[in-house]
Amino acid sequence: MLHRESGVFKTSYAADMALYPLPIARWTVAAVVVLFAVVLPVSLDEYYLSVINLVLIAIVGALGLNILVGYTGQISVGHAAFMSVGAYTAANLAVHLHLPFWVTLPAGGLMAALIGAIVGIPSLRIKGLYLAIATLASQLIIEWVINHTPAISGGAQASIEVPRPTVFGVELKTQGELYFFLLAFAAAAVVAALNIVRSRIGRAFVAIRDQDIAAEIIGINIFGYKLLSFAISSFYAGVCGVLYTYYFGIANYEAFQIVVSIDYLAMIIIGGLGSVLGSIFGAVFVTMLPIAIRIFVEAFGGYFWDTAALSAVAASMRLIIFGLLIIFFLVVEPEGLNRLWRNIRNYFRVWPFSY
Amino acid sequence: MSKRVRLAVSLSLGLMGLMGLMGLTLGPAIAQDKEVVIGLQCDRTGATQIVGTTICPAYHDYVALVNSKGGVEGYKIKVIEIDHEYKVPPAMEAHERFKKEGAVIDSVYGTPQIAALNKKLEEDKILGTSPGFGTAAAADGKKYPYTFPIAASYWSQGAAAVKFAKDKLGGSLKDKKIAYLYFDNPAGKEPIAVLEDLAASEGFQLRTFAVPSPGVEMAAQVLDITGRYKPDYIITHLFGRSPSVSIKELKGKGYPLSKVVALVWGAAEADIDAAGGFSAAEGYSCMQFAGVGHDYPAIAEINAMYKAQGKEPPKEQANSVIYNRGVFLAAVHLEAVRNAIKAKGGGKPTGEDVKKGMEQIKDFTLGGLVPPLNITPEDHEGGGWVQIWTVKGGKFEKATEWFQAYREVVKKHIAATN
Repeated sequence: MLHRESGVFKTSYAADMALYPLPIARWTVAAVVVLFAVVLPVSLDEYYLSVINLVLIAIVGALGLNILVGYTGQISVGHAAFMSVGAYTAANLAVHLHLPFWVTLPAGGLMAALIGAIVGIPSLRIKGLYLAIATLASQLIIEWVINHTPAISGGAQASIEVPRPTVFGVELKTQGELYFFLLAFAAAAVVAALNIVRSRIGRAFVAIRDQDIAAEIIGINIFGYKLLSFAISSFYAGVCGVLYTYYFGIANYEAFQIVVSIDYLAMIIIGGLGSVLGSIFGAVFVTMLPIAIRIFVEAFGGYFWDTAALSAVAASMRLIIFGLLIIFFLVVEPEGLNRLWRNIRNYFRVWPFSY
Repeated sequence: MSKRVRLAVSLSLGLMGLMGLMGLTLGPAIAQDKEVVIGLQCDRTGATQIVGTTICPAYHDYVALVNSKGGVEGYKIKVIEIDHEYKVPPAMEAHERFKKEGAVIDSVYGTPQIAALNKKLEEDKILGTSPGFGTAAAADGKKYPYTFPIAASYWSQGAAAVKFAKDKLGGSLKDKKIAYLYFDNPAGKEPIAVLEDLAASEGFQLRTFAVPSPGVEMAAQVLDITGRYKPDYIITHLFGRSPSVSIKELKGKGYPLSKVVALVWGAAEADIDAAGGFSAAEGYSCMQFAGVGHDYPAIAEINAMYKAQGKEPPKEQANSVIYNRGVFLAAVHLEAVRNAIKAKGGGKPTGEDVKKGMEQIKDFTLGGLVPPLNITPEDHEGGGWVQIWTVKGGKFEKATEWFQAYREVVKKHIAATN
């Protein structure tokens, strides 16, 4: 991650596959854990934690989409619909059966995985843009079904209020408490994704993405793995939807419309397709950059505009700068922020003796 | 290669530096002693920008007017605006930012946004308002203590539309046929429960016609209404671009627009313009929760303030329906703040004080622009008052004074949700 590995050579397969490639990797991981579990919650106030909370939820969703789009090469624009499946499953279980979050959360994920696997069936026959349209249809169908089925949506408003999650009798409601709740699941999602992609399953996904006919010839069950990819991706989406539900205290399908699917696609494309770290970069970038730009414009715009005019300008400036920065980063490195990060690392690897 | 990397490195370092700088500027918010902070959520760039680009400047105009006259009871009002693009996660970020800055009111914008913030508002004891959107059940102050719809909910609007139709059709709806043309989303479906109840008690026949998102294609529904169902009256409840489409379609099929009433989001000058101008929409009636036009003292004072600065009146006033709603919202907020400061004997109010101040609002009409609201700890809707304005001779003309309709039916539905 952050360490330099010059002078370290691997001589066995076991060493090459190790989760910690170097002894120092253990220390970097420990440092990251301390940073997120101790340093950040102690040093930041509620506002910054609320921003990080939104990023943590987005990371879970982006990881799921990246497994499907980045690793398996199956494009999907219905990701937000699977989030709403997870959200409503959890909300109904929490409200009608009074189940705690550690039951509703996996249940939401599994229900989304089931629906996702069904939606994935056309992927055996169609690819690329055609598959995108099929998943778009699933987004619209799921939205329509939730909107028109009171048994799922809980009435005309299509909103179900859920109680706050409780851990050992403590109700989690402040941003600081919810931070640990979300951090635990985001961390679990990252670790799980890292392990999926380096396992047999992940390698099969990559083989399908790179050349599906060749993958079939070497004995990979294309249909099974494609559906598995849809199911895993939708499971992540469902969990992400459940996290949103507990974070906001309500399940509402209007928060999971098509624009949200597009946002998540933007995250993984900016972050880097087919990389776990890229999903994290993308989630951070898309969630925090608009906020950073707004704070920047607020701080320095006062020299050019008065307060009322500034509000109008800030909104438009945010969109313009955000768009320009996306284009800029993708021009500098078309493979996303993850590749940019790797380039930087490679540069410093032998620094200052580049030649 | 190395050049590119160097560029990337310097860029990342630059960005990091920038972030650090912003962290400094956002540091501990220094609250002024004689200042009350209000957070304003806006949508100037998202799905409903047609509303946001007018309502938010109006809000700032009214606050500037009050500040120019010395503020509220000696306190200056500071408005922090955050644009959330009609997305839900940024609305939560905006709320936390307002809280950090010590805001006493969070002016929420959007139905999914208020749904996601209801709980947080209560936990943080910051008053939130949702004029003309959000769930109708939020009128119950006991269930949602910090959420204030302050304007007529969709249930009240639906009831008022039935009453207006009843008056127009000669005082009785017995065996009449009413069509309800609505946008197929939760907000569009919400009034149906009340309409069905009234259909049973008033003895009219009700049929509903859903327009799917994005609502710009409704030829089939309108043909069904005008060709097959042939109703005596039509109630429309549409958003965004769709109200103008409905006017065009109904007119194109030869249905008299004088037998159509639109709920509050199908009712702005911009909608009439998009439908082909005021001459094309003669007779079309619209429901309002704030006054329409420029003949109000508050609007005149805003224009005088602009004139004193040597500027033209704001161009947003051309869309007076939405502009006046911004003034309405700001005026009700500031009145709540005023009540809170008075109750504290001039002390700086907290969110709890402002909530109590909001619950005392009564007979505050701002020269007719604001309805005769009566907000109480039980009723956060303030009575569900509306006015109906009709397109006549190239402009909106007032068709009714402020009125409420079928309160007992609306109250029954509010009670049933709890």
